[in-house]
Amino acid sequence: MSNTTATPKKNGFLAGTANYVDERVGVGGILKEFGRKIFPDHWSFMLGEVALYSFLVLLLSGTFLTFFFDPSMAETIYEGSYAPLKGAHMSVAYSSSLDISFEVRGGLLMRQVHHWSALLFVAAAGLHMLRVFFTGAFRKPRELNWVVGFVLFVLGMAAGFTGYSLPDDLLSGNGLRIIDGMMKGVPFVGTSISAGLFGGEFPGTAIVGRLYSLHIMLVPALILVFLALHLFMLVIHKHTHYSGPGKKDTNVVGYPLMPVYVAKAGGFFFIVFGAIMLIATFFTINPIWNYGGYDPSPVSAGTQPDWYIGWLDGALRLAPTGIEFMIGDYTVSTNILLPLVVSLVFLAIVAVYPFIENWVTGDKREHHVLDRPRNAPTRTAIGAAGVMFYAVLWAGASTDLIATNFKMSLNQVLVSMQIALIVLPFVAFFVTKRICLALQRKDREIAIHGRESGRIVRLPHGEYIEVHEPLEPHDLYKLVDFKDYKPTLARPNSQGKITFSSRIRSSLSKFYFEDRIAPATQTEIDEAAHHNHEIEAEVKKAIEASK
Amino acid sequence: VNEDSKDLVKQVDSRYSEHEYETGLRVIHEDAVKDPGLEPHRVRMTDKSVKHEKNAVRQVTLLFVISMLGSAFALYSYFAFPIVIGDMNSVRMNTLFLGLGITLGLFGIGVGAVHWAKTLMPDNEVTEERHLTRGSDEKRAAAIEIINLANQESGFSRRKLIRRTLYGALALFPLPGLIIFGDLGPNVNDKLRHTAWKPGTRLARDPNGRPIKASDVTVGSVYHVVPEGLMPGEHGYLEEKAKAAVLLVRVDPSELIETEERASWSYQGIVAYSKICTHVGCPVALYEQHTHHLLCPCHQSTFDLVDGCKVVFGPATRALPQLPITVDAEGYLIAQSDFHEPVGPSFWDRSVK
Repeated sequence: MSNTTATPKKNGFLAGTANYVDERVGVGGILKEFGRKIFPDHWSFMLGEVALYSFLVLLLSGTFLTFFFDPSMAETIYEGSYAPLKGAHMSVAYSSSLDISFEVRGGLLMRQVHHWSALLFVAAAGLHMLRVFFTGAFRKPRELNWVVGFVLFVLGMAAGFTGYSLPDDLLSGNGLRIIDGMMKGVPFVGTSISAGLFGGEFPGTAIVGRLYSLHIMLVPALILVFLALHLFMLVIHKHTHYSGPGKKDTNVVGYPLMPVYVAKAGGFFFIVFGAIMLIATFFTINPIWNYGGYDPSPVSAGTQPDWYIGWLDGALRLAPTGIEFMIGDYTVSTNILLPLVVSLVFLAIVAVYPFIENWVTGDKREHHVLDRPRNAPTRTAIGAAGVMFYAVLWAGASTDLIATNFKMSLNQVLVSMQIALIVLPFVAFFVTKRICLALQRKDREIAIHGRESGRIVRLPHGEYIEVHEPLEPHDLYKLVDFKDYKPTLARPNSQGKITFSSRIRSSLSKFYFEDRIAPATQTEIDEAAHHNHEIEAEVKKAIEASK
Repeated sequence: VNEDSKDLVKQVDSRYSEHEYETGLRVIHEDAVKDPGLEPHRVRMTDKSVKHEKNAVRQVTLLFVISMLGSAFALYSYFAFPIVIGDMNSVRMNTLFLGLGITLGLFGIGVGAVHWAKTLMPDNEVTEERHLTRGSDEKRAAAIEIINLANQESGFSRRKLIRRTLYGALALFPLPGLIIFGDLGPNVNDKLRHTAWKPGTRLARDPNGRPIKASDVTVGSVYHVVPEGLMPGEHGYLEEKAKAAVLLVRVDPSELIETEERASWSYQGIVAYSKICTHVGCPVALYEQHTHHLLCPCHQSTFDLVDGCKVVFGPATRALPQLPITVDAEGYLIAQSDFHEPVGPSFWDRSVK
């Protein structure tokens, strides 16, 4: 910090080290600022952590794999230890993947650790996104961090797909074949894009090497950059907390970074790593030796992509028959473009949702207290509809397996899925919204009348009632602490005109907040309590009289 | 509704009065329930009883010891369960014991640290004030001041010529960076229109490459076919096979629905169709004998073999291209010509001659 010689510290190793580091890096100031930073505690906040830790596991296991993997598509004849493939023609990439599995100690384990943690990474990131959505954590000031998180999710899928294709086995080769077919369907430039990626005709000898560059360098570097941004903003904003007594938009309640949070989060990294290791020890994933090397002619029935690509594959399957058409001599592959556009629009809506809601509510304040999903019924319903849409597309990638396992007609399963894709999101929206409103009503009812005590009392005039007991103040506050919005009318601007956008905003605000349950107020609770007292008095009187 | 909203609106002396808030459609209830403040802290057993505390210390220690034993076992397993080349069971044992050891090593640390935090570290929740994300007005004014000063010193706004030429230079400089990717792949448009099939090429079995005699093809049988001479190990084998793969089926000639033009493309009920799906290019590998349907296992496009392989179901639109075949003097099946249209997935100018 300063150039003066520090007095020698004689307080043992810890103090000595701290002094050494501080005099060279000035870490004292950083620690003073962040050492006791407060992190709220809730199980749902761990989903993002799971994603982060699986990414670290991916970096570790991936680095190990790069030392043994050879991303070459040169042809070779397999002479390794897996007997069924001996003498088969295959690429060097595939043969080195087999060698990692069967000839390197711990190689198969690391391959499976890498694959399982990739599946977990995207799953945890997706669940984390859902948590953020359904609790409204994306509201100001976190809109940009939502977008950063969204980019991370897409990058996660990209990392997954590029990695999936590297072993050059039959399954991943067919995946690439589908990508090639999709790219060729793009008007004007489709064949050029495909030839550019594959270095000429499909499959060529370039694709694995190129995907390897993307997979081990570009995509992880981008993920790291966006991860840094994501965490940087997390520190700037401080973490959100759930609504409840003592939790406000102006404070943050939780445990200090050092020592509690470091121990919990640090320990949790080892738990996540351990869980992945345990799964990888016992459960085979992507047994590439069963598929054989890539050959454009065979394909096995019932093949599935990794789960996170399923929704895109499902979108391809659910396209209606015969929608490709010609303009003059040119082919418009609507059967590919439609699913492509639908998926991109879906992703775009996810990315910009915070800005839409912000515009509708016009609420420009900072929000640090999370909503319980029921207290934002329309948002929760929109989320449920989105999840349903994704889920149907995802299930769409398994139409053949559903048909064979449940002994149904493949055609009927597929047509039902097409109908479900349109209908079920609406059903999900309606049902979810009604459930949320019902839960809100129940909360309100409990807040006003207290909880059921289980005591049934017969009044003198013969009526039976159940006595309700008032809630403890902390429990009561949990039921009434939420933000209440009401719809707005389209208002004229300063020139006295009602603009188109103000009309849209007004009708959207109606869509969002027309059905609204206001939180119970103190007046209502007092009135009910008064009424309760009257009954209690009557009950007491009756008891006295009976004596 | 809650206390803070009132704070935001009402408190005059708080920092929230520095700028006005727009509450939008928010409803503020004047008689909202008051925030009773944080819930009282519950004292843990480890705080109250020395016995429990000592137990917790023992448990954490034990977990860390288990971790050490696990890691040591993993080291032992690496040598004790080596991989014997060709012995799949040795691979299994190596994976199993190495994995179990590492798992214990990791879980021990993880569970130990969390248990330590939950039982022995203070569990009082701490409250910290939040500050607005935006900087204070003074900071913002200072930032604007810096930008203005930088602008003044550099003359960025004043010197229009410099500024505009800089924009031009910045707009152009990435272009060479883009164009150098031009050689990623050659134009393949011509190649997509031709396959390895030539007049007289014999139909050979995939993968052994043996030519097929028409008399060997019984009704109902299916052959996976490649052009004779296309063998693994040759340059461009996979690229050619990705276009030339053919499915050969013999049906009762009376069942075939053939256009006049294509009547001569089959041979005594033997028909040959491209195996590459017209949707996105998967191999159409499944043949259902009693319906004569071909099914693509990737996206379930279904083609009617006896009716020119037209699409009867699924996302594909175009029929599978037919390979015109006949027999040569020795009775082997041969191609009359190449396919009459590009095979595989659609592309923009596939129909342009």
